[in-house]
Amino acid sequence: MDVLVIGGGNAALCAALTARRAGADVLLVEKAPEPFRGGNSRHTRDIRFLHERGDRYVTGPYPEDEFWDDLRRVTCGQTNEHLAKLVIRESADIKDWAMEHGVRWQPPLRGTLHLARTNLFMLGGGKALVNAYYATALRMGVRVLYETEAQELILSDGRFEAAILRSATGQLCEVEAKAVVVAAGGFEANLAWLKRYWGEAADNFVVRGAPYNDGRVLAALLQQGAKPVGDPQQFHAVAVDARAPKFDGGIVTRLDSIPFGIVVNRQAERFYDEGEDLWPRRYAIWGGLIARQPDQIAYSIVDAKVMHQFLPSIYPPIEAPSIPALAERLGLDPPSLVRTVERFNRAVRVGTYDPSTLDDCHTEGLEPPKSHWALPLDTPPFYAYPLRPGITFTYMGVTVDDHARVVLQDGRPAQNIFAAGEIMAGNILGRGYLAGFGLTIGTVFGRIAGREAARAAGH
Amino acid sequence: MRPVTDLFQEAERQMIVCNACRYCEGFCAVFQAMELRRQFSRGDLLYLANLCHDCRACFYACQYAPPHEFDINIPKILAQVRAETYEQYAWPRRFATLLGQSRLGGALFTLLCIAVVLGFVLLVRGPEIAFGVHTGEGAFYRVVPHWAMAIPSSAISTYGLAVFAVGLLRFWRDTGGKLSELRSVRAFLQATKDVVILRYLDGGGEGCNYPHQDFSSSRRVFHHLTFYGFLLAFASTTLAMIYHYALEREAPYPLTHPVVLLGTAGGIMLMLGTAGLLWLKRRSDRMPADARMLELDVIFTTLLFLTAASGMLTLAVRETAAMGVTLAIHLGISGALLFLAPYSKFAHAVYRSTALVRFAIEQQQNRAGH
Repeated sequence: MDVLVIGGGNAALCAALTARRAGADVLLVEKAPEPFRGGNSRHTRDIRFLHERGDRYVTGPYPEDEFWDDLRRVTCGQTNEHLAKLVIRESADIKDWAMEHGVRWQPPLRGTLHLARTNLFMLGGGKALVNAYYATALRMGVRVLYETEAQELILSDGRFEAAILRSATGQLCEVEAKAVVVAAGGFEANLAWLKRYWGEAADNFVVRGAPYNDGRVLAALLQQGAKPVGDPQQFHAVAVDARAPKFDGGIVTRLDSIPFGIVVNRQAERFYDEGEDLWPRRYAIWGGLIARQPDQIAYSIVDAKVMHQFLPSIYPPIEAPSIPALAERLGLDPPSLVRTVERFNRAVRVGTYDPSTLDDCHTEGLEPPKSHWALPLDTPPFYAYPLRPGITFTYMGVTVDDHARVVLQDGRPAQNIFAAGEIMAGNILGRGYLAGFGLTIGTVFGRIAGREAARAAGH
Repeated sequence: MRPVTDLFQEAERQMIVCNACRYCEGFCAVFQAMELRRQFSRGDLLYLANLCHDCRACFYACQYAPPHEFDINIPKILAQVRAETYEQYAWPRRFATLLGQSRLGGALFTLLCIAVVLGFVLLVRGPEIAFGVHTGEGAFYRVVPHWAMAIPSSAISTYGLAVFAVGLLRFWRDTGGKLSELRSVRAFLQATKDVVILRYLDGGGEGCNYPHQDFSSSRRVFHHLTFYGFLLAFASTTLAMIYHYALEREAPYPLTHPVVLLGTAGGIMLMLGTAGLLWLKRRSDRMPADARMLELDVIFTTLLFLTAASGMLTLAVRETAAMGVTLAIHLGISGALLFLAPYSKFAHAVYRSTALVRFAIEQQQNRAGH
């Protein structure tokens, strides 16, 4: 065996395809069963890439400076500039490369909204991309094992020797390879691991992606001396409907109602500015905010007049003719909720309401304020959606260099261990998020890892 | 089969999940029409179901497809609603259940039709005519007189058209259409184009996911062969009528005659197309399929194949003693196909085209409104 690829999502597939094209014998082991293959890539929809002009699939240019500015802004500088610029530059040919490997893009349509200029949308979404890459990989002769987990990595003096694989039937076997690409995701689905930082609160988290991302390979690498990167306590989380499944609910459990009303916690108190910024920019802070509330639950409350202004939820809203009745139905203290709503309504200064811009409807003398889109909650019936933190991914990973080599504690890069995707995204995305950028990192580093792994194996 | 109310409830549940995801919006009209709605009435679901061409791209691309607990299977649930459409808008409904959706019923009915024509030829016309050799102008009519072909076929066609007309108007009303909208020429042109090129079986360019997950244009090719073969056969019949009534030249015509050329081309295309469709269907993935729709497909496609094959056979043996019996069988099968049209998968041509007109109108209004 030349190259062993551990993981079965976008980054792993890009690595496998690239290594195979370079002539290497490639085995890809995916922990999930076939219908759920692809890790969190299954739930993605679009990919950010560098381009100088618009075309059939993107509405305009997205140059390097703007890309870099966007990344610096969201990460507040917590990024390795050298690696980040490498990703940005090498993202330029993603459109053509992916198409060569079977992926199809979708022209801008209603649902692509504000990302139509910067991001390419996969026709059919992430699972379609994953399907296309698997079909191409299998056709090219990559061997794929599903329901196969890498349990241990055997290293000797910083060199990868073999991995212990566990098959669907529980059989263990040792597989030697000249190089390994680790693209097995983060540890966001490992609640026990999250509990180290969050305590019992982690029991109330919803994991939006695959239940297979338990960080086993990440832990193995760290234990074998890989240098960690990224804050282990941090994760990317959005507000999801509390009725969502514990795992794998993906995109449809998110709620976009927050800027249209108020959000209260278990004590029926507001705790953050619901109208701080345009929703896409604030979408991702609400998971963390709710995770810090008592019992990790919150309620988005809106009234009848805004009900049709946000994307519909898959769960029916909880409805009541009055605020006290709504409080009863939510199990909140009715006088407290009435007080919160009255105080909010009194503070609202209505101007020209416009959900598409930072409008001038705001509150005065209220803490926390609502800076935009503040309208009094006064039109029954009233509606509520219960919210939980929905974790998308974790930030901690392994440090890599620009050859995708895993860097060891002593600062030396391992010569035949490469990492790609979520397991190393923390090098570039130390905090925050840019829509579609996870796939960009995965694709660029997947291809680098595949190329370098093939080289390390003598191709 | 689940009760009808459950069927629509389940279709609504799935549409609500789709509408919160929208990853499939680039595939076809169903999702673009879905995005204009927040709730899904029975009429909405009937409309969306008939817009669906069963290309299955959305099934294989869906992160919520079974075994995921959301259990989203749009091609299957919409096929179930379509099968329900074909039944609900047929009159009498019972014929759809007994004949159009049951292999046994369809087969027995076809045999009955063959028996009636054969009986007429053997018993009324007599064995001498039935097994005689007839050549030259009017040869067919010496076996089955022209009136015995023209009167029943006109009657059955008129009946079928009436059933479809009523069904179509009811369908239009139930899916929220206004009568005045049926005058929209632009929408008709757009819908005609969508039908003629079979736009929504291209899966965004590389064909549909049929019979399996891999993209393939085979189904589109076979459907086109069937569709255009049918049109050529229809053109041949129309031309034959012109020759018969306007030019007073009676069939059979020489092999190089336009009527025969059109009919032969149409017959061969129909045979290839229907055989191909049946072959694909046999191999197709059953996960995104509905058993009742499969039954409808198999019955109608088989009848089309048999009509074309018996027609071609009649052409081959028309100067021999086998012509009488072959012609009788061909007329029997054709009669069954014609009579079953409103109760069979033929209905998809009517309701899907209607849904495409509705879609064209809706998109025009939406563009005008934004």
